[in-house]
Amino acid sequence: MTQPIVEMKEIQKHFGNVIALAGVSFDVRPGECHCLLGDNGAGKSTFIKTMSGVHQPTKGTMVVDGEDVTFASPRDAMNAGIATVYQDLAMIPLMSVARNFFMGREPVKGKGLFKRYDAEQAGRVTMEEMRKMGINLREADQAVGTLSGGERQTVAIARAVYFGAKVLILDEPTSALGVRQTANVLATIDRVRKQGIGVVFITHNVRHAMAVGDRFTVLNRGQTLGTAERGHVSPEELQDMMAGGQEMAQLEGSLGGTV
Amino acid sequence: MTDQTAQSDERIKSVPLMTRLMTRPELGAIAGVILVTIFFLFTADSAMFTLAGVMNFMAPAAQLGILAIGAALLMIGGEFDLSLGSMVAFAGLIFGACLTVFGLPLILAIPVTLIFAGMMGSVNGQIVIRTGLPSFIVTLAFLFILRGLSLVGLKWATGGSTQMRGIREAVENDFLAPFFSGEAFPALFTKLADWGMIATFKNGTPKVQGVPVEILWFVALTVAATWILLRTPFGNWIFAVGGDSNAASNSGVPVRRVKMSLFILTACCAALLAIIQVLDAGSTDARRGFQKEFEAIIAAVIGGCLLTGGYGSAIGAFFGSIIFGMVLIGLTYTGIDQDWYLVFLGGMLLLAVLFNNMIRKRVTGER
Repeated sequence: MTQPIVEMKEIQKHFGNVIALAGVSFDVRPGECHCLLGDNGAGKSTFIKTMSGVHQPTKGTMVVDGEDVTFASPRDAMNAGIATVYQDLAMIPLMSVARNFFMGREPVKGKGLFKRYDAEQAGRVTMEEMRKMGINLREADQAVGTLSGGERQTVAIARAVYFGAKVLILDEPTSALGVRQTANVLATIDRVRKQGIGVVFITHNVRHAMAVGDRFTVLNRGQTLGTAERGHVSPEELQDMMAGGQEMAQLEGSLGGTV
Repeated sequence: MTDQTAQSDERIKSVPLMTRLMTRPELGAIAGVILVTIFFLFTADSAMFTLAGVMNFMAPAAQLGILAIGAALLMIGGEFDLSLGSMVAFAGLIFGACLTVFGLPLILAIPVTLIFAGMMGSVNGQIVIRTGLPSFIVTLAFLFILRGLSLVGLKWATGGSTQMRGIREAVENDFLAPFFSGEAFPALFTKLADWGMIATFKNGTPKVQGVPVEILWFVALTVAATWILLRTPFGNWIFAVGGDSNAASNSGVPVRRVKMSLFILTACCAALLAIIQVLDAGSTDARRGFQKEFEAIIAAVIGGCLLTGGYGSAIGAFFGSIIFGMVLIGLTYTGIDQDWYLVFLGGMLLLAVLFNNMIRKRVTGER
């Protein structure tokens, strides 16, 4: 078994007198998709924000590539190769795809006073990277606002991959998408995984998780209920763990097993 | 399924040139200039479109434009500065005081004025950034504060008057003065007159002695601002910060630094205008720049800037300012009552906002 890229050990996070995370352990290996499942309020967001440097853990250690680390800011995490694609995507609808793609990391050419934004290079790279992800843009100059939700998600993922992410954290990438768009995003996750990048896929949809996940960790009320490998767990078990068992089983009965 | 999308999508039509042009922010302003030109070609005295007439309306257009370019950049960055007009009066006071009270040469007085204005701009910026209050309300406060300070300061500096004189005498023979006042290239225009290429008075001196310097500053600022916006990483950050500062910050754009620079830049534009106007008039008073903040913002909006930020252009603000100058001066060449100017101003603003809204929907593909 390969060594994990990122290992989170017994992470605790307290906000005042609220214990948001009560000892969560989690790791990601290169080339796998590790799904983090949990219902609303389970602590998924707090956990990934800790992983991506937005929050600092109250207790517990983070190990990246075998070394203990503490991230003071998201920038530190990014430099360590941990990229996060948030639900709001950090995209600006009025700006072109290329300008969004390189936002904050614009390519330049020329010297001194003539140092300038390299629009041709930005456009070429954007088209190229998007094609690799299976999306043919009409032109790199089209505004992000004209793209569909799934395509925007893909731009965000392609951007993270292009800028050297070793671990890609996806915060509910499929939650607002239609069926076809979801399939596209899941296919993108698969592509990214095959490049040797570790993917952390956060979702509360068990079916989406089962489609691409290699391992599954369920969070409930700030604690992990264990990590299961693909093939050793059924969707029903995951569903139960997420909801905390009992009531869900009854509910599901009354809904005819459709949830 | 994904392989299908990888080929070209049959549902995307190729985009006709007209639609492509429609998404440019400056289109509205250029169309406006054409319309206004046509209007005056029919109604105004033919003198309006002679060289002298053009210089006549370009001079006030340029003075407004120097403010409008700054205002446009700030608006694209998602903020307003309503204290621009008062800043002109305040910077005028500082500049005048430097020259007459402290007797500084221009080479010192100009940097001092720019530094003071920049400092006031950074105060605006700091308050907006640190408190998260809308810049609209913060700079509205400074509209009054700076106007009041200008009044108080003028009385202090002149011993009770709200007008400060004696500036022309103070800068006589200063080697920097020609860069900020009067007309540029007089020799060229005399030559052109000699060759009979431009109109002259009976005694042979040209009717237009040169290009008013504010026009050169105006053009230079437009070129510089356009270069920054479209061809530098900083320009990309301006659009990003105005479009969604949270997203920009998540992507590693230094949001605070960008906004601060824009506030300072805008204040410095106001100071530059103050320097030009004060040198031109030879005096300064507390009403300088009165209500110019609104005109500058209107010119920026006519030029395609969205009130919500993240979209616009310096070239648009350039043409927006020219529309102002043409109408303000153009009406004097017609038999129309000049006070229609204000009606026109409001109407133009309304049209521009409606038009911009439509363009934004086109750009983002909203329906």
